[in-house]
Amino acid sequence: MKSGTPYLRAIPPAKGVPGQADDSRNLDQKERSKNMKLSKIAEILGAEILSDGEEDIEIESACGSDLMSDVMAFVKENVLLLTGLVSPQVIRTAEMMDIRAVVFVRGKVPGQNILDMAREKGIAVMSTCYPMFIACGKLYSAGLTGKGVR
Amino acid sequence: MYLHYDIPSNDLTYAGEASSNVKKILVQLGIDPQCIKKAAISMYEAELNAVIHGGGGTADIVIDKEKIKINISDSGPGIADLELAMQEGYSTASDEIREMGFGAGMGLPNMKRYADELDIKTKPGEGTTVVITVMFDTRHA
Repeated sequence: MKSGTPYLRAIPPAKGVPGQADDSRNLDQKERSKNMKLSKIAEILGAEILSDGEEDIEIESACGSDLMSDVMAFVKENVLLLTGLVSPQVIRTAEMMDIRAVVFVRGKVPGQNILDMAREKGIAVMSTCYPMFIACGKLYSAGLTGKGVR
Repeated sequence: MYLHYDIPSNDLTYAGEASSNVKKILVQLGIDPQCIKKAAISMYEAELNAVIHGGGGTADIVIDKEKIKINISDSGPGIADLELAMQEGYSTASDEIREMGFGAGMGLPNMKRYADELDIKTKPGEGTTVVITVMFDTRHA
């Protein structure tokens, strides 16, 4: 390192922000998101289905977060929510966002009150032993790369 | 159509009942799904704020052919610095609230993002009133 060179340099902003719509323009056709059936997602994550949704829906994109307000900052269609938060507010957030499937990560299993609430609202619930990072990585690698619009 | 709900205080577990009911009514009315989502999310955030910060409050909703107007009022401590509170990531929520997945400082910014009009009246010690207006896309009605 030359004398006087600051150790920390400002990093120029990347074109497009990850998670935002314009980022998808940089993806070539091969990398474009594949729609994925919920049953396929359960298979990839080795997930136990705790509550069936209304049907084996097609998922276009996924969102992994323990903060529900962050989930609500991005609008996506046919979304899967992955979370480590176990609370009725997860189902409530899913309801507001029209999210029709939730995966609880890190082996968390919601209580009966949460499952009943999900069933009433037609939201499928699964539980996987994978931690958040691995669960998201497995789905992304399998082609679920759809992004939200902020 | 006029709707009124009481928002209970300090029970985050089941907060959001009013927003859930309003969403169901908008679906029954055949409103465009994107407009429903905008109204539901912004009302839910406001309802949660009334529970978390305002010690409960009231929700008064007026729905006509063109729009939904949602008025959420509380008698809580008010917002000391509204400009700061509108910034993403700024939050005064307790650790207990954060453990429940909220308090990320996205509530007011999310309301601003989804509401077509947002009017906030607040004064320290005198509570907060949030008025959210979402216009309906009548082309899909």
